[in-house]
Amino acid sequence: MKVPITIDGQMVQIDQRVPIIDAAKKAGIVIPTLCYHEALKPYGSCRLCMVEIIMNKQRRLVTACNFPVEGGMEVFTDTAKLRHIRKMIIELLLARCPDVPSLHTMAKQMGIKSSRFKKQGAAECILCGLCVRFCEEVVGVSAIGLANRGIDREVATPFKVASDVCIGCGSCTYICPTGCIEMLPDEKTPQMRRMNIGKHSLNPCINDFNCETCPVEKEFFEDMRLVVAEFRSN
Amino acid sequence: MNIERVDHILEKHEYKHSAIISIMQDAQGIENYLSEDTLRYISEKMELKLTRIFDIATFYKTFSLVPRGRHTIRVCCGTACHLGGAVKNLEQIQRKIHIQEGETTDDRMFSLETVNCLGACALAPVMVISEDYYDAVNPGNIEEILSPYRSGPEV
Repeated sequence: MKVPITIDGQMVQIDQRVPIIDAAKKAGIVIPTLCYHEALKPYGSCRLCMVEIIMNKQRRLVTACNFPVEGGMEVFTDTAKLRHIRKMIIELLLARCPDVPSLHTMAKQMGIKSSRFKKQGAAECILCGLCVRFCEEVVGVSAIGLANRGIDREVATPFKVASDVCIGCGSCTYICPTGCIEMLPDEKTPQMRRMNIGKHSLNPCINDFNCETCPVEKEFFEDMRLVVAEFRSN
Repeated sequence: MNIERVDHILEKHEYKHSAIISIMQDAQGIENYLSEDTLRYISEKMELKLTRIFDIATFYKTFSLVPRGRHTIRVCCGTACHLGGAVKNLEQIQRKIHIQEGETTDDRMFSLETVNCLGACALAPVMVISEDYYDAVNPGNIEEILSPYRSGPEV
């Protein structure tokens, strides 16, 4: 069933329950996003797609990517309040990832010269979850996921060791909006590919192949020693 | 890993994906931590993605992926306990059992953790060892509290 809604003064006829962002697209209005992708389910983590709506005479802020439209809804995509919020989000992201070109382009478009917050290290991942969702929903292998919480939240493979299900398709590299997942040929087996997030490797060894200091290896040698001792005592 | 007991837990929760947290809590009850093998086994049996399970296991502070001691000492450092001198108590415990926060003693008897609130602010400063609550803890009576747990099996 199609319902009429108003976006920035434009009337649009759109199916009920589709996200606001689709309606905006139909009206030719661009809403800035980082974690939204047409091929994936909406996630609502970057908060850049915030819009102001008036529904049932109430004014509220919602994320356009996952909020369903309803008949008679009025949507505003570029109010002073929204510009303020987006500016804050971009500045916070810039403080986290100061060297990401796509963020700088976005900042320039919004008229932000520099972040007012202290730079926190040089992370490149903005935790939009695109790579994780793409790997799960489109590729269907779920080789990478999110781990930990709060400031420690990161994209990682289970147990942070070589993923046994990664097929090396490189989708995560392709979809990453900040380019923080890089794809490299494996040094030992050139036909294999490996993905890296900064210093963190997504598929191969956690210990950079330093087997002498590796906890996994150590455990293995402990076990071997026990087996040998048992064998000798018999 | 005790496969039979894990199977029994999975059976009890009918392999429901919505019960994953309960399953993991019960599985942790076996060895007091979640081993990699256990999580891989649960993932395989429940047909649930390992990334999802790893996400949950690292998200909640209650789950531990590294072996823990027989008794977990949880020192509350919430507002009321902090004002009551929780930090002094924590330092005293660290001196007594020679481990830092988040570590386990060599004899696998104690693990030390700090928590933000145990919901017993009226008893501040609070400390929990295994399942036993101790109120009005001060550096002077810590040895007294710890000593029954020091020796051998469950007390």
